Amino acid sequence: MSKKLKAVIIGPGNIGTDLLIKMFRSQWIEPVWMVGIDPESDGLKRAREMGIKTTSDGVDGMLSHVVEDDIRIAFDATSAYVHAENSRKLNELGVIMIDLTPAAIGPFCVPPVNLKDQTKNLEMNVNMVTCGGQATIPMVAAVSQVQDVEYGEIIATVSSRSAGPGTRKNIDEFTRTTASAIEKVGGADKGKAIIIINPAEPPLIMRDTVHCLTKETPNQAAITESIHAMIKEVQKYVPGYRLVNGPVFDGNRVSVFLEVEGLGDYLPKYSGNLDIMTAAGLRTAEMFAEEAYNDNIRLPERA
Amino acid sequence: MNLKDKQVTLHDMSLRDGMHAKRHQISLDQMVDIATGLDDAGMPLIEVTHGDGLGGTSVNYGFPAHSDEEYLTAVIPKMKNAKVSALLLPGIATVDHLRMAKDLGVSTIRVATHCTEADVAEQHIGLAAKLGMDTVGFLMMAHMASPEKILEQAKLMESYGANCIYCTDSAGYMLPDEVSQKIGLLRAELNPSTEIGFHGHHNMGMAIANSLSAVEAGAIRIDGSVAGLGAGAGNTPLEVFVAVLDRMGAKHGIDLYKIMDVAEDLVVPIMDQPIRVDRDALTLGYAGVYSSFLLFAQRASAKYGVTARDILVELGRRGTVGGQEDMIEDLALTMAKEKGLL
Repeated sequence: MSKKLKAVIIGPGNIGTDLLIKMFRSQWIEPVWMVGIDPESDGLKRAREMGIKTTSDGVDGMLSHVVEDDIRIAFDATSAYVHAENSRKLNELGVIMIDLTPAAIGPFCVPPVNLKDQTKNLEMNVNMVTCGGQATIPMVAAVSQVQDVEYGEIIATVSSRSAGPGTRKNIDEFTRTTASAIEKVGGADKGKAIIIINPAEPPLIMRDTVHCLTKETPNQAAITESIHAMIKEVQKYVPGYRLVNGPVFDGNRVSVFLEVEGLGDYLPKYSGNLDIMTAAGLRTAEMFAEEAYNDNIRLPERA
Repeated sequence: MNLKDKQVTLHDMSLRDGMHAKRHQISLDQMVDIATGLDDAGMPLIEVTHGDGLGGTSVNYGFPAHSDEEYLTAVIPKMKNAKVSALLLPGIATVDHLRMAKDLGVSTIRVATHCTEADVAEQHIGLAAKLGMDTVGFLMMAHMASPEKILEQAKLMESYGANCIYCTDSAGYMLPDEVSQKIGLLRAELNPSTEIGFHGHHNMGMAIANSLSAVEAGAIRIDGSVAGLGAGAGNTPLEVFVAVLDRMGAKHGIDLYKIMDVAEDLVVPIMDQPIRVDRDALTLGYAGVYSSFLLFAQRASAKYGVTARDILVELGRRGTVGGQEDMIEDLALTMAKEKGLL
């Protein structure tokens, strides 16, 4: 068996296209299908030009090819509203779903923190939280791995150009989903998330601030070491993930100031917020492929 | 300027914008006393929340002495005529906060976005309108966009269901001509039934003049703050504005002596520092920076040895917008490193 798992991308927009370009470089995932709903869409045209099979009939347009093309992984970059149906249909055929929408049906996945758990358990639907969550939850976890975090707060600032209509229409989903994942994945007792959209030109690179309030006096040396180690983990799949300042210690407050520059594959470099989502999604799929190749998990049986 | 018989609806900010100047530490008794005094003076609308609106409680903006629920629960039942409003910034608060405010008796919800990002407010404006609330779209940092852009964004908010649109000079940067131009265009192009409002800050000493220009150009709601208690050099001082409107023969419905007394007897005594155009507040206006950055920049200055003025000017140069308080410590650290102080 080839070590690469074959994949379908649903949603040929900015995220889907960026994901496709990253996937061409992957040792573990091979893009086969791109699914859209508009035959005239630029995204589908681009995918066809790159030699990918396309359909404009939504997920239904490729379901009959799932088995013959041996599709094992799906990435959903559409919206929370259609995600549940997409996921149900593909899961039934034994396809693992990586959810890049805020639907959050499956467990949250932030690769350097809990990816191994999700792959070991062969979760058939994993949710990639939000861009702000991917950028900041590793830092909350880095602190909570050292000592108890009573409260974790993140402020994500993204450029206006990189905040798409979906994010804008459902900005409450961002704050709720991120806050919830700060608790469930980051390990804080209570989470809060704030998002700011900044229209400056040229567009600013994604910025993130993470504040943790620890229960006891922070162990400065251990926390600093944990944060630097975690940054290296994130840099494995997002090289432009940088510590700008901190950790700052002020009483029981630990603050970290970050910048996330994207790779500039399809999306411009300033939109590190989008890049970290596609990179984390792909990293997650790759881990499933690695674990399957090493016989640590068994993919659903197919005739 | 002729404002004779013009109708002006005043809206007090001392218990919301004033929270910035008080690091969100106004006590429940102080809030109730001031609100009661304002109600008695005839103030029709009083805003009560954390300085950054519902859900503003955070490390980033400061933890308040009491929750929004506690403040609203304390103040609202004490009001005889005044209505209470709440501010909501999408990205900080959600529709859950909006429903909570409505349940506690808040009648006016003001949904605030940066002046070019109105489309993040669709959920919140839509719900407030559906709930039958007086629904205001609040376009912040309005000096950063052209009159045409402000109009485009105002129309979005109007289309979501806002019955009133504010042009908000969050940085206290605007001069009267700019206010006239922006308010005038909104008045000319928005639905005649949509009210127009103006919210000023006194960082360039222009709050009264700007508010008068706004009224002349068609604004009916004017925000101000008794004794000016607000972020930066404060908001339009309402007792002063009422006196000016009296002299000009405009209609405002406020008892001048009573509001003077609220300012002098209740608000000035609780100020932690004089609310005035000091060099840092002036820098806010001059550089076009969000007024609530003032105390954060002064604290960062004391901690890291970089002047607040230098921090604020750099924040302006970088095009920071409302809510980016986290940039202040970050930038102060970077500037201190560059100067070899760290």
